[in-house]
Amino acid sequence: MSAGHEVAGTPPAKDGAEPPAREGARRRAGAGRWVVFAGRRLVRLVLSLLVLLAATFIMVHLIPGDPVQTALGDQATPQMVAQRRHELGLDLPLPEQFWRYVTGVVTGDFGRSIVTEAPVADLLTTRFPNTLRLAGPAFLLVVLIAMPVGLFTAVRTRGGRGRHVRGWFVNVTGLLNSIPDYVLATVLSLVFVVTIKAFPAAGDEGLSSYVLPVLALVAGPAASLSRIVRVEALKVLDAEYVRAAKARRLPTGLRYWRYVLPNMMTASLTYGTMILAGLIAGTVLVENVFGWPGVGTVISQAVIQKDYPLIQGILLVLGAAVLLLNMVVDVVLGVLDPRSRLGEL
Amino acid sequence: MTAAFRGPRPGRLLSGGVPLLLILLFVFLSVAGPSIWGEAASASNVAEANQSISAAHWMGTDDLGRDILARTLVATRNSLVLAVVATIVGGCVGIGLGLLSAMSRRLGRALGALINVLIAFPALLLAIFFAVLFGIGSVGSVLAVGASFAPGFARITQTLTASVVSKEYVEASRVLGRGPIYRTFRHILPNIAEPVVLYSTIHIGTAVLALSGLSFLGLGVQPPVYDWGRLLNDGLTRIYVTPGVAIAPSIAIVLAGLTFNLAGERLSDLIAGRRSAPSARRSQPRPAEPAPDPAGDGGGALVDVRHLRVTYASADGRVTTPVRDVSFTLAPKERVGIVGESGSGKSLTAAAIAQLIEEPGHVEAERLRFMDADLLTPDDSTRHVLGRNMAMVFQDPGEALNPAIKIGTHLIEPAVIHLRESKPDAKRKALDALRAVAITDPARRFEQHRHELSGGMKQRVGIAIGLMGEARLLIADEPTTALDVTVQRQILRLVDRLGARTEAGLLFISHDIAVVSELCDRIIVMYAGFIVEEAATADLLESPAHPYTSVLLAASPRMGLDKSRPLVAIDGRMPGPDADLPGCYFAARCPRADATCLSDRPPLRELADGRRAACWHPLTEPGDVPTSEGATI
Ligand code: SF4
Repeated sequence: MSAGHEVAGTPPAKDGAEPPAREGARRRAGAGRWVVFAGRRLVRLVLSLLVLLAATFIMVHLIPGDPVQTALGDQATPQMVAQRRHELGLDLPLPEQFWRYVTGVVTGDFGRSIVTEAPVADLLTTRFPNTLRLAGPAFLLVVLIAMPVGLFTAVRTRGGRGRHVRGWFVNVTGLLNSIPDYVLATVLSLVFVVTIKAFPAAGDEGLSSYVLPVLALVAGPAASLSRIVRVEALKVLDAEYVRAAKARRLPTGLRYWRYVLPNMMTASLTYGTMILAGLIAGTVLVENVFGWPGVGTVISQAVIQKDYPLIQGILLVLGAAVLLLNMVVDVVLGVLDPRSRLGEL
Repeated sequence: MTAAFRGPRPGRLLSGGVPLLLILLFVFLSVAGPSIWGEAASASNVAEANQSISAAHWMGTDDLGRDILARTLVATRNSLVLAVVATIVGGCVGIGLGLLSAMSRRLGRALGALINVLIAFPALLLAIFFAVLFGIGSVGSVLAVGASFAPGFARITQTLTASVVSKEYVEASRVLGRGPIYRTFRHILPNIAEPVVLYSTIHIGTAVLALSGLSFLGLGVQPPVYDWGRLLNDGLTRIYVTPGVAIAPSIAIVLAGLTFNLAGERLSDLIAGRRSAPSARRSQPRPAEPAPDPAGDGGGALVDVRHLRVTYASADGRVTTPVRDVSFTLAPKERVGIVGESGSGKSLTAAAIAQLIEEPGHVEAERLRFMDADLLTPDDSTRHVLGRNMAMVFQDPGEALNPAIKIGTHLIEPAVIHLRESKPDAKRKALDALRAVAITDPARRFEQHRHELSGGMKQRVGIAIGLMGEARLLIADEPTTALDVTVQRQILRLVDRLGARTEAGLLFISHDIAVVSELCDRIIVMYAGFIVEEAATADLLESPAHPYTSVLLAASPRMGLDKSRPLVAIDGRMPGPDADLPGCYFAARCPRADATCLSDRPPLRELADGRRAACWHPLTEPGDVPTSEGATI
C-alpha cells in the first residue's frame, strides 16, 4: 500500500534527537536543582521573616499616642515616662531602634514586658512549647484524618457513584467547617467537663487534658482539608498514569501507595498549608477556653494592657511558626514531587 | 422543608431554599431584633441573676439577670452588621490592591510579593496584629478583620484580573491607547464582579466567626455593646455556675457561619450551572438483540471477543451504551487496527480487553478472552497473565507517566512484580529496553522524572515499559495523536520494528485510517459502538464494502486514491451512546439508505471475499441489493 511505503521511504530520523538547548537546561536542572530549590526557598523564608520583624516593629510606632504613657497609665509623671522611654530605647532614631530590635530578637532578647517587667523571652520559652504541644498533635491528626477520609470518599464517589456518601460527606464536613474552634471548644467543655466531668477542667494535667483542646482544634481543619483531598484524589484517580498502572496490573496497594498518594498529597498540601497555618492561630482561642498555659492565654491580656514588647514577642513566634511550617511543607513537596522544586508546578 | 431533611438525597439537605430562608431570618433579626427584644435584653433583674435554663428564661440569665436568649437575638444586628462592614472594608482594600497591581507590571510584581507574604499568615493572627494597631472596640475590630481579609481579596482579584487582561478586547483597548484606569473600569471590573461577589458572600460568614473570635478574646466590641462572641465569652466565665448560658450564642455563631457558607456554595453552583447548562440527554436502557455470531470459533486466538457491550449507568439511573456489539478475534502475531471517529467505541473496546473499564462502566460479553485467561471471570492468575503478556501504550505520553516517581521505577515495576525478577536484573533489562526504543543516555533517563522528557521521548518510554514484560499483545490507543508529525513517524516505525522483533500481536486504535493502514494486517472500522466493516488492509483500502468506510477513506487526505469512488461529505452526527435505533446506525448519514436500513439492523456478515461488513447494501456488490431475509441466512 502506497501510504505504507511513504513512511517506510522517509529517511530514518535520528531517534532521541532533541534540541540541544533543552538538553542543556535539563542537565543543569538535574545537577544542582536541590541546591537551587533550597536556596530559593531559604531566601523567601528570610525575606518573610524580615517582613514580620518590620511589621511588629512598625506596629508600636504606628499606634496613636505614646505607648509608654498608655501602658504606664495616667498617673505616671512625665519623668517616669521619659525614664521608661530611655530604658526601652524609644528615644533613639528609628533605624537604630530597628537594628537593636532585630539584633535583640536574633540573640533571643525580646525586651521586657512593660507591665510585669519580666523578660519576654522567659515567658516565650516557658509558654510557647506548650502551644506547640497543642498545635503539633493537632497538625498531625488533621493530616492523618483528612488524607484517608478524603481518599476513601473519593474512591466511593467516583464517576457519580455513591451519591449518599457524597451527600453525607459534603454536609458533615460543611457543618464541621462552620463551627469555629472556640465555639466547639466551649461546647465540648460544656458537655465533657462541666456536665459529664469526663476530662480535667483546665490547664495541662497529663494526657487526658489534651483530648478536648486537640479535638476542638482538629475538627474544622480536618473537615475542610478532607474536602480538598477528595477533590484532588478524584482528579488523581482519573489520571492516565493511574490507569496505566492498572493496565500494567500493579497490585492495588502499590498503585495507591506509589501512584495515587504522592500525587494527591502534593496538590492537597499545597492548598492545605493555609488550613494548617490556621491551626497555629486557632490555638490562641482554644487555649483561652481550656486555660492552656500557652502563649494564647497571654496575648489577649497583653493586647488589652497594651504590653507591646509582649505582643511583639508572641506575634513574632507565632508568625515565625507559620512561616516555618510553610517552608517545611514546601520541602516535603519538593521530596514528593520533583516538579515543585523547579517551580514548574 | 421537613421533607428535604428526611429526603433520600442528603446532598440536597441544606441546599436550595434553606440558606435563603436563614439569610432572610438573619436580616429580619438584625432589623427588628433590638426593637422587639431590646427591653428584655437590657432589663436587669438581680433576683433572677445567673439562672439556668428555665421556662421563663429559655437560655438562662446572665449575672445581672438579663435574658440570654433575648440578648443573643438582639446581638444579631451587631454581629452581622459589623461582619458585613468588615467584609466591605476588606473587599475594597483587597480589590483595590489587586486592580492596582494589574495596572503596571512593576507595581504588580511588588504587590504580588507582598500579598504572597501576607497571605501565608492566618487571618486571626493578622486580625490580632491590626487590633493592636487600630485599638480595641467595634471600629478597631472591624478594621482589623477587614484588613486581615484584604490579602485574600487582593489575591483573587489579581488572579481573575490576570485572566481577563489576557483576553482580546482588553488587549485591543490597550492598542487603542486607552489608559489603565479606563481599562480597569470598562473591562476588568465588570468581568471579575461575579466571582468576587461570590467570594465576598462566603467571607461574610468568615467575618462573623472572626469578629466573634476577637470579641471572645476580649479584643472586639466592649461592654456595654455586645455581639455573639462577647456573649459567648461571658458564658464561658460562668460555665460552671450556669452551663446553659454558652448554648444560645454558640448556636447563633454556628448557624450564621453555616448559612453564609451554604449561600456561597449555592451561589457558585448557580453560576457554574448557568455557565454550562446541563444537556438533557435521555436514553432507554433497552438491551439490543445480539446479532448472529459472525466471528467463527476463535480457537487459538490471542484475543477473542464476542458480542462485547459496554454500558455506563449514570447516577440517576440512565444507561448509555458506547460499545453496542463488537466481535472479533486477533491471532498471535497479528496486527489489527481499529478505526473510527471519536465516540465510535474503539478506545472503550480496547479498554474492555485490557480490563480497564471502571465503575460506573459495565462490560458484558458472550466471550472475552486473552490467551488462556477468561476476562469475564478474572482471578488472581489473570492479573499476572495480563501483567506479563499484555502491554498498553496510551494516547497522552506524558499523562501516562507518574510525575512523582522516576522513569526507571515505571520500567522495573512490571518485571519485579510479574516476572519476579530481582531489582538489579530488572534495571539491567530496563536500560536495554530504553536503548531498544532509541533513548540516548538511558542511565540518566532512568533517574529522571517525566517533566524532564520531551513528548516523543515520553512515548518511547511508554513503549519501553511495554517491553519489560513478555508482551504477546501490545494495545496502542492513539499513541501518536498527541505528537507532532515527525515524532509520530518515528514512533510508528518503532512500534513496527519492535513488533516484528518481539513477535507480539498489535491492537492499534486510531481515528486516522492512514496511520492504521501503515502498520496493520487487518482493519476494523467502528461506528456508533458497532463494527461496521472488517477486512484485510489492502482489500479495505481498495474496495471498501461499507458506505461509512468509503466516506472515511475519502475524508482521509492521504488515502483518497481512487478518484472513481464517489466522494461523499459526511453530514449529520454519529448517534451518541444514548441513542437507541432499530435499524442501521449510519442510516441518517448514508447515501444508500432505504426503508430496510431504517427498520432493521444490518448484521455483521461475511461477504464473498472473506471480509465482513454490517450493511444491507454493501458497495462491493453494486446492483446486488440483498433482501433482509437473504442477509440473515
Ligand atoms: S445498512 Fe443501509 S444505511 Fe446502513 S450503511 Fe448500509 S446502506 Fe447505509
